[in-house]
Amino acid sequence: MAHSYTPGLKVLHETKVKKERRLPLKGEVVVKKGDSVSPDDIVATTNLPGNVQMINVGNMLNVDPSDVSGVMKKNIGDSFNKDELLAETKGLFGLFKSSVKVPIDCTCESVSAITGQVVLREAPIPVEIDAYITGLVTEIIPEEGVEIETDAVFIQGIFGIGGESRGDVHIVSTARDEEITPDMITADLKGKIVVGGSFISLEAYQKALKVGLAGVVVGGFNYHDLEAILGYTLGVAITGSEDLVTSLIVTEGYGKIPMGHRTFDLLKEHHGKFASINGATQIRAGVIRPEIVIPLSKENLTNSHKGIDASEGISDGSLVRIIRAPYFGRMGIVRGLPAELQKMESETMVRVAAIEIDGEILHIPRSNLEMIETD
Amino acid sequence: MELRSILATDCGSTTTKAILIEKIDGEYRLKVRGEAPTTVEAPFEDVTKGVLNAVMEVEELSGRKLLEGEEIITPQNGDVGVDIYISTSSAGGGLQMMVAGVVKSMSGESAERAALGAGSIVMDVLASNDGRLPHEKIKRIRQLRPDMILLSGGIDGGTISHVVELAEILAAANPKPRLGQHYKLPVIYAGNEKAKDIIKETLGEITDLDIVENIRPVLERENLGPSRDKIHDLFMEHVMAQAPGYKKLMAWTDAPIMPTPGAVGSLIEMIAKEENITVVGVDIGGATTDIFSVFQGQFNRTVSANLGMSYSICNVLAETGLKNVLRWVPFDIDQKELTNRIGNKMIRPTTVPQSLEELIIEQAIAREALRLSFIQHKSFAVNLKGIQTERTISDAFEQSESGLSLVNMMELDLLVGSGGVLSHAPRRQQSAKMMIDAFLPEGITQLAVDSIFMMPQLGVLANIDKKELAKDARKAALEVFEKDCLIRLGTCLAPVGKAKPGQVVLTAEFVMPGGNIVRQEVKLGEMVVVEASYEPIKATLTPSKSMNIGAGKGEIIETTVYGGIVGIILDGRGRPMNLPDDPAQRIANLSDWSKAVNEYPDYKI
Repeated sequence: MAHSYTPGLKVLHETKVKKERRLPLKGEVVVKKGDSVSPDDIVATTNLPGNVQMINVGNMLNVDPSDVSGVMKKNIGDSFNKDELLAETKGLFGLFKSSVKVPIDCTCESVSAITGQVVLREAPIPVEIDAYITGLVTEIIPEEGVEIETDAVFIQGIFGIGGESRGDVHIVSTARDEEITPDMITADLKGKIVVGGSFISLEAYQKALKVGLAGVVVGGFNYHDLEAILGYTLGVAITGSEDLVTSLIVTEGYGKIPMGHRTFDLLKEHHGKFASINGATQIRAGVIRPEIVIPLSKENLTNSHKGIDASEGISDGSLVRIIRAPYFGRMGIVRGLPAELQKMESETMVRVAAIEIDGEILHIPRSNLEMIETD
Repeated sequence: MELRSILATDCGSTTTKAILIEKIDGEYRLKVRGEAPTTVEAPFEDVTKGVLNAVMEVEELSGRKLLEGEEIITPQNGDVGVDIYISTSSAGGGLQMMVAGVVKSMSGESAERAALGAGSIVMDVLASNDGRLPHEKIKRIRQLRPDMILLSGGIDGGTISHVVELAEILAAANPKPRLGQHYKLPVIYAGNEKAKDIIKETLGEITDLDIVENIRPVLERENLGPSRDKIHDLFMEHVMAQAPGYKKLMAWTDAPIMPTPGAVGSLIEMIAKEENITVVGVDIGGATTDIFSVFQGQFNRTVSANLGMSYSICNVLAETGLKNVLRWVPFDIDQKELTNRIGNKMIRPTTVPQSLEELIIEQAIAREALRLSFIQHKSFAVNLKGIQTERTISDAFEQSESGLSLVNMMELDLLVGSGGVLSHAPRRQQSAKMMIDAFLPEGITQLAVDSIFMMPQLGVLANIDKKELAKDARKAALEVFEKDCLIRLGTCLAPVGKAKPGQVVLTAEFVMPGGNIVRQEVKLGEMVVVEASYEPIKATLTPSKSMNIGAGKGEIIETTVYGGIVGIILDGRGRPMNLPDDPAQRIANLSDWSKAVNEYPDYKI
């Protein structure tokens, strides 16, 4: 049977989700292998080196750089409190002294005899990494972090903004092609992850921010509305560090596109359950897609796991979604993968797949298809 | 040793491309090419797997045994194996550097030129006078996590305090390399010789410091070579050695692995020198657009890091504005719909245009990406700044100054395009038209595309410095470049000057290879194509009184031009070329030009 490698998004009703939680610098891991953790539990901590301030004492006191160490009030490695005297000249017979004070609480790191610069470092900045999902610690990466594993529903979106968030899943649209309108977003939804159908307007998303939703999961959004939220035009799809109360996960793409029925049905099935979501997206080498993780309790497991890395590509009978105009957003079943190149209307010669949509067969470039990986 | 066969690969961020070159009847020619997905990332995490897959395809297509298990057979033994194997790489994001110089427009720019010329992406240029406070610079260094830093500043024997201050800032930031927490960040010092010892004291402990000759020993001269070479060495030793599978790959190759753009640049530099021509080369990719040029014997490269056709397509839109994209589209389209479509290309970067409408929109965006990248290139490819020039009385009226762009379109001999949107356009006419619209060549300019992007492999081949191989390798690179690499599109003849609408701006007479004489006029605002293959054609070009085709206003040129797959394109649209504001007139003009060059099939959108 013909196969074709096609990137796809995962919509899995039960799988093992593994999450690596790593510190930006080496530090201390505070959990043990086998510990069970909740999303808010801290698993590792470290201290980032404090910010640095440089003061050119030579210039400020009008002394030669090689003489700066002689006018310093303390030594390298000593601490200073804000406004404490850093350096002072001897003056003339003890009069007309010039001095410099430190602008912050800091330690003196170095004094340069060439430039007259004094480097002051602020206190270290503590960094903590939480567990993000409910699960078991399965691996310790010494001094760096942990791996956490859980059985869960796992759904990937195509694009998102805002970082990690968590809350109860709440379906607001009755159908997958229904838009989320501002009136659907009510104050009682604060802290929840709201799931809608085909589209959310800028107005409705702004209301979600105001109400304080934990997240919105929806089929489509307008590209040009991103600017109003982010304050800049999004030029490359690298997101996740935006400071937003409400993370947004778009499952289909830009425009009004009904949410894939498997995605919608699966989320609907888990209405009211607790989920961890992450809007972070990186579309470059090493692609990162936004995700929704709904941990499953033991009694809900069917043990029909499917490995998350399984990507065998499309073959006859695969469910696919068309991801480029003129049939953008439509879903169908692969009915053939002819080997020879075919000429498109654009005269581009490409490998195609024959796709059945509503009883009709369409020939679509294979690179314009996305496999929907289901289990 | 006589070089009989060469296997070369280019490990790109998505695809690994392999080519096989053989010497047949005393001449080096491309035999076959193969490709396979690059395997730097999970689940494979070993670049050699993709290399082996691409080589296997070459094996199958050529019928020549190249692999013994997981080893490339070298040297050639009868019909088995190849004499040498070489490679370039841009996988894993290529080489990402930060450079620092005392004065931004002087040593800062020289350092940037050296890093770019070596094939790196320059993430930021730090300078004593860049307007940022020390703590802001420190924050930036920490945020960026480059692969390596090039520090320069000060002429030899000059003042040292500024460059030492930059070193102190680097030391305070204590930067960590991008790949891995387990090694020290490589730093190259290429500044004032007098500061060497103090730099060693400041940075020697916390970084992996290398000291090379000053990049700007005197104000009037740049000395980029030693820095560029050191960047290549460190790229191999540190950056590549950290990437998955590269240690194995490095053991396989018969010459050091070069960063892909570094190899392309060195090939272009060599061609320009050998043929004594001026060249502009462009490689438009999914994320970035690289431009290379050689004018007045000076090589320059720029990378427009966020101007590309997929990953950064929305950034093209953000930088140029929707209006500038739409001016190239010969039909009306809803703007909201268009921005959503472009956004969807960004988040699904591997899709291809199925409908003609999609193709036309994509090629409109490509024109703007190329145009913006070229503007950046022109402002970077300049004379050295900060030099006092001696002037005679005759120069007094000519306001020449340092820092002028070297790029002179009237002097340009050859424009080479590569990258998906140019190399894989369904019609070659589309590639020619996109390049003309974006670069606006003036006078007489040959156009070509590198259809399968072989320039990286040929670049590394031309750079082999093993004594016994160097001569043959260089010969092979040049021969294959000339015969198999480029697809000659033709020549663009574009007179420059002001004329009235409908006025004839150029009359050209061509003596075709069969002796047949073709006479062709072009009026202001028109485009005309004369079909001609890639052969020398004697041409007499007569511009109208107010127009210049290369020798001055109204001056006739008798020369030899070359046709190509598209032919000789007479572009009478004037320079600068302005599109009408009136939408109906603009659409009419675009359609006329498109028909003249046979750009698109007949369409109804």
